[in-house]
Amino acid sequence: MAGIDVVADKGKLSKLDEYIDTLKNKDGILINVLHKAQEIFGYLPDEVIDHIADRLNLPPSKIFGVVTFYNFFSRKPKGKYQVKICLGTACYVKGAGKILERFLEELGVQPEEVTQDGLFSVHPVRCLGACSMAPVVLVGERDFYGRLTPNDVPTIIKKYREG
Amino acid sequence: MAAVATNTILICAGGACISAGEESVKDAFKDELKKFALDTVVSVVETGCMGACNLGPLAVVYPEGVFYQKLTPDAARKIVREHILKGRVVEEYLYKGPEGEIKPQAQEELPFFTKQVKIATRNLGVIDPTDIDEYIGRDGYFALVKAVKEMTPEQVIEEIKASGLRGRGGAGFPTGLKWELGRKSKGDTKYIVCNADEGDPGAFMDRAILEGDPHTVIEGMVIGAYAIGASQGYIYVRAEYPLAIERLNIAIEKAREYGFLGKNILGSDFCFDIELRIGAGAFVCGEETALMASIEGERGQPRVKPPYPVQSGLWGKPTVINNVETFANIPPIILKGAKWFASIGTETSKGTKVFALAGKIRNTGLVEVPMGITLRELIFEIGGGIPGNKKFKAVQTGGPSGGCIPAEYLDTPVDYESLKELGTIMGSGGMVVMDEDDCMVDVAKFFLEFTVDESCGKCTPCREGTRVMLDILEKITNGEGTKEDLEKLKQLGEFISNSSLCGLGQTAPNPVLSTMRYFWDEYLAHVEEKRCPAKKCKALIRFVIDHDKCVGCTACAKVCPVNAITGEVRKPHTINDDECIRCGSCIEVCRFNAISKVSP
Repeated sequence: MAGIDVVADKGKLSKLDEYIDTLKNKDGILINVLHKAQEIFGYLPDEVIDHIADRLNLPPSKIFGVVTFYNFFSRKPKGKYQVKICLGTACYVKGAGKILERFLEELGVQPEEVTQDGLFSVHPVRCLGACSMAPVVLVGERDFYGRLTPNDVPTIIKKYREG
Repeated sequence: MAAVATNTILICAGGACISAGEESVKDAFKDELKKFALDTVVSVVETGCMGACNLGPLAVVYPEGVFYQKLTPDAARKIVREHILKGRVVEEYLYKGPEGEIKPQAQEELPFFTKQVKIATRNLGVIDPTDIDEYIGRDGYFALVKAVKEMTPEQVIEEIKASGLRGRGGAGFPTGLKWELGRKSKGDTKYIVCNADEGDPGAFMDRAILEGDPHTVIEGMVIGAYAIGASQGYIYVRAEYPLAIERLNIAIEKAREYGFLGKNILGSDFCFDIELRIGAGAFVCGEETALMASIEGERGQPRVKPPYPVQSGLWGKPTVINNVETFANIPPIILKGAKWFASIGTETSKGTKVFALAGKIRNTGLVEVPMGITLRELIFEIGGGIPGNKKFKAVQTGGPSGGCIPAEYLDTPVDYESLKELGTIMGSGGMVVMDEDDCMVDVAKFFLEFTVDESCGKCTPCREGTRVMLDILEKITNGEGTKEDLEKLKQLGEFISNSSLCGLGQTAPNPVLSTMRYFWDEYLAHVEEKRCPAKKCKALIRFVIDHDKCVGCTACAKVCPVNAITGEVRKPHTINDDECIRCGSCIEVCRFNAISKVSP
C-alpha cells in the first residue's frame, strides 16, 4: 500500500489536474487542491504531494507543512469505511469513550489504523455537531449513528462488512 | 380534491433527524402519496432543523400544523392514509406531555417552542433550504434590496450600530462598530469573511443555520460587503459539515443566477461575489488570524494582534470577519429596523441568542431565546430538566474557552457580561448540561486534552503550559495529586491566560479555573481523601456486589471481559478488585441493582 503507482494512476492524476486548471488565477487554493487530491486518492501519498508542488509551483516542503498541520489530511491510506467516533463534550459525558474502546476491540486496531482487510479505520474526532444524538458515530460521510451503547457496535460493523 | 390540495408535509432534515432515519420516512411519505395519486397535490418538503432534536424524525402537516414525532416509514404511510386522505389525526405519533396528554399542535403548546423568539433561525424548519424562491417567499433578499436601493453604506452601518448587535461567535464585539472600522480602513480591495469554522465541542447552531437557511447568511454577507465596500467574500466552513457545504454551494449558485451576487448587483454599481473555503480539521482556525492564514492556503497559525484584520487582513487588505449567526441577524435588522431589534434582550446584550442544548438534558436540540433569559428557564422550562431523576450539577458554556456554572447561579440572566462575571463566556452557544454523575475534575481534564491536541504549537505558554496542566490533572484523577498541585494548577492557569499569543491559549485554562472556583471541594476530595465524589475517576473507585441483592444469575460474570467476577450459580458473586478494570459492563447487565460503584 505504500505510495502509488503513478503510471497506473494517470487517470486519477489527470482528474486532479483538471480540477487545478479550474482554479487558475485564484489565490490561496492549496488547501482546496489537497482536499480534492485526498478525495481522489483516499490519502496524500508523497508522489501526489510532489505532483501538486510541480503544478502549483510551490516547494514540496511547504505542502508537507500544510498537510501535517491539519488533522483532516492523511499521508497514510485509510479504510474503505472510515469510522469517526465523536469525542466532543456532549458525547464524552454520554460515554463516547466506551464506544471507541468497543470499536477498537471489535476491529482489533489502534486509532487511525486500517484493518487487515482494508475495510475499516477508526478515527476519534472532535465534535461532529450532532450533540443532541450523543454519543454519535459517523461512518463515511453520511451515515450517522446516534444514542449508541457499546452493544450496538458489532451490529454496525456487521452492516458494512456484509454490505 | 380541493380539500387535500393545500396539504404540505414539512419534514425536518436537520442532522439529528437524518441520523434518526429521516430519509426512509420521506421516501415512505412520497411512495404512499403516489399510491393514492396524491403526489401532485400534496407537497413533501425537506426543511432545516426544527430544533426538537430528541423527538426526531419530525414532520409537520399543514394547513392544520399537526406536529408528528418519532416517525418511522410505517408511521408515514399511516399518516398519509388517515390524516391526508381522511382528515383524521394519527394520535399515536403526536407529542404527549408528562401526564400522557396529547399535544397535536406541539409547536404552539410546548414551552420548548413557545418560549423561543426566532430571528436568526426564523426559516429553520419552515422552508426548503435548497429553494431560493421559498427564501424569497419569506421576505428573503428584501433587506438587500432595501439596503442597496434606499440606503447608503453609512446608513446601513448606523442601523446595525443602533441595533446593538454584537458578534455571536463568542467575544461579543459590536458588529456595527466593526463594519465602521472596515469602511474607514483604507485599501483598494476589501474582504468580508464568514467564520463558519464551528469547532467548539457541544455546539451545532451554525451548522443548523448553514444547512437549514444558507441564503440568510449569504444575504447578510452581501449587505455587509455593501456597507464596508468589499468586493470579495469568503465563507470558511468546516470539512466536518459536508451537507452545509453542499447547501451553500447550491445557494451561492442560485444567488448568482438571481443577480444577488456577481457584477452590478440589483442593477447598481455594487459588485461582490462569494467563494467557499473548506477547513481541514484544525480548531485553532476559528481564531480569526489563523482562519485568514488558512484561507490563504497556509498552516493555520495565529499571529499577534494588532494589526487587526480590519486594518490588515487577508493578503494584507482590510478584512471584516463575522460569525454565521451574526450574519443571519442582519437581514431582519435591516428590514424591521434597529429599534425593533434593540427592544429585545437586555441593556448591553440585544436581540436573541441561539443555543445548542446537549448533554444530560431532556430536550436536546436547538433553541433561540431572547438575551437575558435565565439559565433556569433555559435548562428546566425549555430544556425540560435533567432526565433519570438525576440532580443538575453544572452547565458548561463556551466550549474549551468557557467554564462550568453551578446550580446556585441558575437564576443568572444569559448575557455577555453576566456570564463573564461567572468566569465563563457566552461563546458561540453550546450548552452542555452535566448531572451528579459527572466529575468536574474529569471534565476539566477532558477540555485540557482537547486544547493540548489543538494547540498549534506556535507560542510556548499554550504549547507547553497546557501540557503541564494536563499532566497535573491526570495526576489528580489518578489519586496521586497533592494540595501543592492545586496551587500550581491555579498559578499556571493564570500565567497561560496572561501570556498566550491568541484566544485559544488565553482561554484554555478557563475550564480548569472555573471548576476550581465552584467545585473546590471536589478537587480537595481527589487530592486529600483520594476520593471521586461523582464516582467517575477509575483509579479512585471500586465496584462491589451487594450480597443481599445478588441472586447469582451469572450475567455479570459472563460479561466481565477480564473474568474478575467469581461465584457459583444461584449464590452471591464477588468482584476481585485486583483484576477489575472498572469498565462498568457488569453494572449495565445486572437486573437486580446489586452492583454499585464506591469511592472511599
